Order: sequence, then C-alpha cells, then structure tokens
Amino acid sequence: MSAVPISYYLVLSAILFGLGVIAFVFKRNIITIFMAIELMLNAVNLAFVAFARAHNQLDGLVFVFFVIVVAAAEAAVGLAIVITIAQNRQSLNIERVNLLKF
Amino acid sequence: MLLLDHLWIVLALPLAGAAINGLLGKRWPQSAVNAVGVGSVSLAFLSVAELVREFSALPVEQIPWVKSYFPWITAGTFHVDFSLRVDQLSIVMLLTVSFVGLLIHIYSTGYMAHEGGYYRFFSYLNLFMFFMLTLVMAANIVVMFVGWEGVGLCSYLLIGFWFLKKSAADAGKKAFIVTRLGDFGFTVGILLLFWTFGSVDFGVIFGKAAGMPAESMAQAGILTSICLLLFTGAIGKSAQLPLYVWLPDAMEGPTPVSALIHAATMVTAGVYMVARMNPLFSRAPIAMLAVAIVGAATALYSATIGLTQRDIKKVLAYSTVSQLGYMFLACGVGAYGAGIFHLMTHAFFKGLLFLAAGSVIHAMGGEQDMLKMGGLRKKIPVTFWTMLIATLAITGFPPFAGFFSKDEILFSAYAGPYANKILWGVGLIAAVLTSFYMFRLVFLTFFGSPRFDEKTVHVHESPKNMLAPLVILAILSTIGGWFAAPKFWGGQDFFHGYLQPVFAGVDKLAPAPELAEEALHSLELQLSGAAVLVALIGFFVAWWMYIRKPEAPANLARSLHGLYTLVVNKYYVDEIYAAVIVRPFLWLSTNVLWHVVDEGLIDGTVNGAGHLARRAGGELREIQSGNARSYASWVVIGAVGVTVMLVVIWIRMVR
Amino acid sequence: MSVPFILFFVFAGIAVAGAVLLIVAREPIHSALSLILVMVSLAVLYLLLGAEFIAAVQIIVYAGAIMVLFVFVIMLLNAGVEERTDWSKLAKYAGLPLAGFLLIELAYWLARPAAGMTAALHAARGMGAAPTRALSEMLFRDYLFPFEATSILILIAILGALVLAKGDE
Repeated sequence: MSAVPISYYLVLSAILFGLGVIAFVFKRNIITIFMAIELMLNAVNLAFVAFARAHNQLDGLVFVFFVIVVAAAEAAVGLAIVITIAQNRQSLNIERVNLLKF
Repeated sequence: MLLLDHLWIVLALPLAGAAINGLLGKRWPQSAVNAVGVGSVSLAFLSVAELVREFSALPVEQIPWVKSYFPWITAGTFHVDFSLRVDQLSIVMLLTVSFVGLLIHIYSTGYMAHEGGYYRFFSYLNLFMFFMLTLVMAANIVVMFVGWEGVGLCSYLLIGFWFLKKSAADAGKKAFIVTRLGDFGFTVGILLLFWTFGSVDFGVIFGKAAGMPAESMAQAGILTSICLLLFTGAIGKSAQLPLYVWLPDAMEGPTPVSALIHAATMVTAGVYMVARMNPLFSRAPIAMLAVAIVGAATALYSATIGLTQRDIKKVLAYSTVSQLGYMFLACGVGAYGAGIFHLMTHAFFKGLLFLAAGSVIHAMGGEQDMLKMGGLRKKIPVTFWTMLIATLAITGFPPFAGFFSKDEILFSAYAGPYANKILWGVGLIAAVLTSFYMFRLVFLTFFGSPRFDEKTVHVHESPKNMLAPLVILAILSTIGGWFAAPKFWGGQDFFHGYLQPVFAGVDKLAPAPELAEEALHSLELQLSGAAVLVALIGFFVAWWMYIRKPEAPANLARSLHGLYTLVVNKYYVDEIYAAVIVRPFLWLSTNVLWHVVDEGLIDGTVNGAGHLARRAGGELREIQSGNARSYASWVVIGAVGVTVMLVVIWIRMVR
Repeated sequence: MSVPFILFFVFAGIAVAGAVLLIVAREPIHSALSLILVMVSLAVLYLLLGAEFIAAVQIIVYAGAIMVLFVFVIMLLNAGVEERTDWSKLAKYAGLPLAGFLLIELAYWLARPAAGMTAALHAARGMGAAPTRALSEMLFRDYLFPFEATSILILIAILGALVLAKGDE
C-alpha cells in the first residue's frame, strides 16, 4: 500500500484555511464568524498533525493539544462576549457593532 | 603705556555710562544721571588726553600704533579682528570728538533739565560717544563700519527722542533710511576692498596700495570703483547731494543732539573716512574729482537754501551741509589736511552755533522761528556775543578759526596740485552766501525790535551749565585756527606738520605745482584777501537788508517771487523724492512683496502644509470606520502580504 | 487506489463540503452543524495520520464540548437569518479576491516541496509502540510548563466568562 503524501494533507489544510478566511470576511453573524475562526484553527491543527507525521515526531501533536485547549477557553470567553453584545445591541449583525470609530 | 596698551578703556567708559544710565537710571535723580553720563565722558576725555601724552612719547617707527584685542570674524580667508589704531589723524579726531562731546554733555544737563526721559537721553548720548570713538579708532574698515552704523543708530534714537511726536519719529526714520542707501554703497565698497587686497586691515591695505600704480583720469580701475563706493557711504552719512535730505529734518531732535551729532561729529565721519583712505583716493583721480565736485556743488546748493529759511535750526542745518561740502572739496583737491583742519574748526564754531541757538530757543521758551524773534542782544548778552564770535568764525573773518581753514581750502582749490578754478569759484560764491545767511541769522535774532509779545515770553539768559560750554567753544573758535596758520602768517603750521605722516603719499602722487614757492605765497595772500572781501560783501548785504532797510527782504521776495518760492520750498526735493522714489517703493512693497510674496507664497506654503496635513489626516482617519468586516479585510490583506513575502524569501533561499 | 487514499479523499471531500456549507448556510445553526461535520471528518483524517489520541480529543472536546457550546448559544440567542447589510466597501470588493488569492497561494506552495514525504498508515510504529503513552510523557516532561500555563489560562477563561455573564449587578 502506498501512503498518502503529506502534501495532500497540507493542501487540504490550506483549502480549509482559505475557506475559513472567506467565511470570516463574508459572513455577518457574529457567531458564524466565530465558527469560521474555529474552522481556521482546525485547518492549522491538521497541518500540525501532518507535519508531526512527516517528521516522525510527537511535538506537533503536543501543539495540537494546546491549540484545542486554547480554542476551548477562547470559545468560552468569546461566546460570553457575544451574548453581552447581543443583549446590548439587540442584534447579531457584526456591522452593527460599530462604535469604535473616529 | 597704560592707555596705549589698553586702548579699549577709551571706548569702554562711555559704553559703561550708557549701560548704567540706560538700565538703572530710570528712577535716579538727575544729579545721579549727570554724574554717570557726564562723568563717563569726562573720564573718556581725560583718558584721551593721557593717550595723547603717551602717543607723543612714541618713537616714529611705532606709529601707526595698532592693538588687536580679539579675533572677531574668521570665515575662510576673511579675518577681522577687533583692533584699534592710533596715529596722528585719529589723535586729532579723538581730541575733537571727546572734547566737544564733553562740552555738549555738560550743556545738556542744563538744556534737558525739564525734559522727560532724561536718563534715556544721556544713555543714548553716551552710546553715541562709544560708537563715534570706535569709528575713529578703528584699525580696519569693518570695525569702522561698526562705528559707522552705530552712530547712525544713535542718530535715529536721538532724532526721534520725542518719539511720541510724529514728525520727530518720521525724521528719525528718514535719517536712518536715507543713510542706509549710502551704506549700501559702502558695504559693496568693503567687499571690493577685501576682494582686491585680501584684507580689511588699514595697515595691510595701505601697504599693498603703496605698491600699486596710480590710475589715470582717462580710465577707471578697481581703486576708483572702491573709492567711489566708499564715497557713496560718505554722501549718505555726511549729507551731501543727493542724500542730504535727512539732515534738515534731523533738527526735530533736541538741540544738543543737533550740535553733537549733526554738526561736530557724526556727519564728519564721512570726511574722516575719505581722509583715512587717502592712499587709495590719491591713486584714483576720477574719484577725487567726483568728491570735489560733489562737495563744491553741495556747498553752493545748500547755501542757497539757507538764505530763505525761517527756522533758526534749519538755517544752521543747511549751513552744516554746506560746510561739509567744503571739507569734501578740500579732500577732493588733495588737501586732506585742510579738510581735517576745517572739520576741527567747524566742530568748534558749528557746535557753538547750535548750542547758542539752543540757548536762544530756551530763552524764547521754545520758539524757533527767527521772524518771531528780534532785539535779543541786550537780554541774553552771553549768548549773543558767543554766537557773534561763531558767526565771524564761520564766515571766515581773521583771526578767527574759520578764516584759516576755509582760506586754505579755497587756496588749494585754486592753486593746489589738483586745482580746479571752477570749483574755487563755486566755493567763493558759497562763501558769500554763507556770510550773508549767517549775518542774516544774527541780525534777525538779536537786532531790531522784538517781534514777539514781550509780556508772554520772558526772555532769560541760560543757566551756567549751558553758558560755560558756549564760552569755551567761543574761545576755541577764536584761537583754534592758530594751530595751522601757515608760516607766512606767522604761524608754525603745527597742524599740517603733525598730520604730515598720514598724508605723506599724497604729495608724492600729486602733479607738480605749477608755480614756485614765493609765487604761491603771494597768490595765497591775494586769495585770502578775496575770501575776506567776499565775507565782507555778505555782511554788508545782510546789514543793508535786515538793519538798514528791514522791508527790503519782503520786497525782494515779491519781485523774485517764482525763484523765492522755489528756494523757500527747498527746491521741492523732498516732494520729488517722495513721488519718484518713495511712492513706487511703497507700492512695490505693498503689492508685490507683501501680498504676493509674503501672503501668497510664504503664508501659502506654511498654511498649505497645514491644510495638507489636515486633509491627509482627514482622509486617513476614515479607515477606522468601526466596521469589523473592514478590519477583518485589512487583517486578510496583511496576511496575504506576509505570506507573499515568505514565499519570496523562500524562493530566494531555494535558489 | 489503496484504502488510505480512498479514505483520504472521501473524508477530505466531506470536510471541504462542510466548510463550503458553513459559508453558504443562511441560518447559523446550519453553519454550526456543518462545522461539526468538518470536525468529525478531520478526526478521521487524524486517525489516518496515526494520531489516535488527538482524534479522540478532537471528537470529545472540540466537537463534543465547544461546538455544543456554540449550539447552546445559538439557541439561547435565537439567532435567525442574518440581515444582509454590506456597509463595508472594502470587504465587499476586496474581500473575496484576497481571500481566494490567499487560499490558492497557500495551496500551491504547500503542494510542492513535500513530495518526498509520505505517511504510511503502519508507520505509526515509527512514532513508538504506544504513541499516546509517548505523547503524555512528552506532555508532562518536556512541555510541562505550557501545560500548567494552559491550566491557568482555563482558569482565567472561567473567570472571564463568569464576569461577563453576570452583567451589571
């Protein structure tokens, strides 16, 4: 059996990351934007695991572990903020959160 | 050798007086201001006297004595040190300036006693003495220029002493600006001087000039240019044609100022400068001729204006311009010694005339119009007699001082090495006019019946501190000429012998005299006789018109109405200047320099820069729109940029 | 076509499809479910790469906790179809080209150099007999400090969430 070349995983990671960026720029719902961020993080995780495999080292996996932990913490706090914003602005449209301007 | 080594003391004394009075004198009583003001000048005079004593003990090789105190300007090859120079010429000037200055300071304590700003007056007067002494003792032309400009500044300050009076403030500005025109020529002359000789020091310049050939009448060279340019500065400072217009207006200043600055010292700076630069002038005959012509023309022109003036000070002002013309005529015909001699005697009798006029004005309670005076002879006798002595001196009656000096000038113009009989004729006619207007002044002021209300004007003699200088100057006007009486009059001609080393080169370069020695002597006697005769003619005409037939002047004025109006209005020169020069300049300044350059260009650039910054900032701040999607897009842009850069670097590394 | 390849392409396709669905969906709840789909397929891919522990953690923590949290919040806020505002000119015109460019560029350059690297399914042995054991040893030995730091991080996150949730009392 021939194995899948690592570059395939990396390309997939790049595609997922790019899609995440597109969603980040285009969607208007705050929660959806947040989910796009999570998608980007996942893409990066995939890249880390692929590289860990490529170099036969476990350091990449350790890093993925930490990324997941941080993503969890960030999701918790971030969603708390989202709730607060939703209560304050009565809307989940990010374009309505526009007070920080000149 | 105290003062020879420390020449600066002579300068420091009046400067200290000016500083102390200026900074501290405001609340002092007049006696304290006097002590500082008069005291500093008397100390300066005493130090000059001591300097003369030390100087006369110097061996010949050490003259001229130059002391350099500190290097002032060093820029490439341009070195100017603050150095002072003492030779016979500067000794004569120092004595004249400091002594006459001292007398006028003493006089001012009386004249200005009831004026406000007393401390300011003495501060400026002391400052003037400082600058004038610097000018006289300068060892290079740049330090001389410092003194030159400084006396101009003090003249402005003192003419406009009563600055709240518009005519006085305007007169001060006029004096400064008109002399500035001449000073521009002077500055260019200094530049040419440096460019030609590589130094501004007199010793170096004269040494190099001695090796240069004389230029001819046919062709002007660099020396002629330098001399003409320097002379334009003298035209301004010494009020010759065409830059004399400021001197009559300068009479707005207090009378002691007119006496000191505009008769005895500042206006003579031009003559001193020409005499000092005689090695250059002697090698530039065209320049000498120009000096002589300007001097003679001014002497005559100004005398004509003086014939018709009503204000006593204005008559004396035009007389000063005229006498300065005589001094330049002397220098122009190569008789530098005669010019300086006349400068000295003029300081005596013109200073006396102004001080006496001030005494008259003081007695009349401020009246300056002679047609409102009259019959003052018995009421203010001391003033009368001193003024009469001064008049005799200025008109050239023997044995008073003016006779010897004026006579010598006319003789040199007639028969000297650079003689020009036309110029002599002009000088002779000017002498007639001088005699006439001076005696007119005396007769109108002191003789006849009073033409004023004796009840409202209490004519009183001046206090002693004003009369004493008058008497001293009268004595000097009498005996002052005897210093230089030529041998055949019985004198030793001490003066010319003394100054001989300074003017040594002149005789060498002069064309040989046409006549032999004895023939010259008899010629001189004849010319002297002519000069005295001419003075007597003036006296008689004045006596006729103002004593014998007092209605004659009015009749004459009526019959020569057109000419009279022209002369009384000073040939409308001021009006012509205003229209031809002043108004176009004002238009140029306002419309071009102000509106276009200053407001448009400079303000426009500065304000424009500000507006640009503002607009740019305004545009840029719109980036922070508050819209998070925009921010997200910017983040993506940044990410793209970074990845592109990484790719580029990676490609380069792989290659 | 060997099994790993097929598996790879199937689940990669699912992942990409899920990501596209996330973009395209109009309701946020649909986007959340798509994201869960992506995560699950990624977990399978991790298994393919021999990282079993990470795959498990992915399912349990990421898909099982974080995404559940997202779903809770969506339901709490009753997030519906979002209104279509586009007040940002920059995002409207430059967003897609730039993001697309980023995608293509990354994909292109990542595709090239690792041609020699392969992942063998059974090369999991190269990572040691029990990679999970080795992973935990590494975690508690070499990366102990970051481990403890993340625990503090979690503590701070808890505090932050508490504070934010309390509001202005």
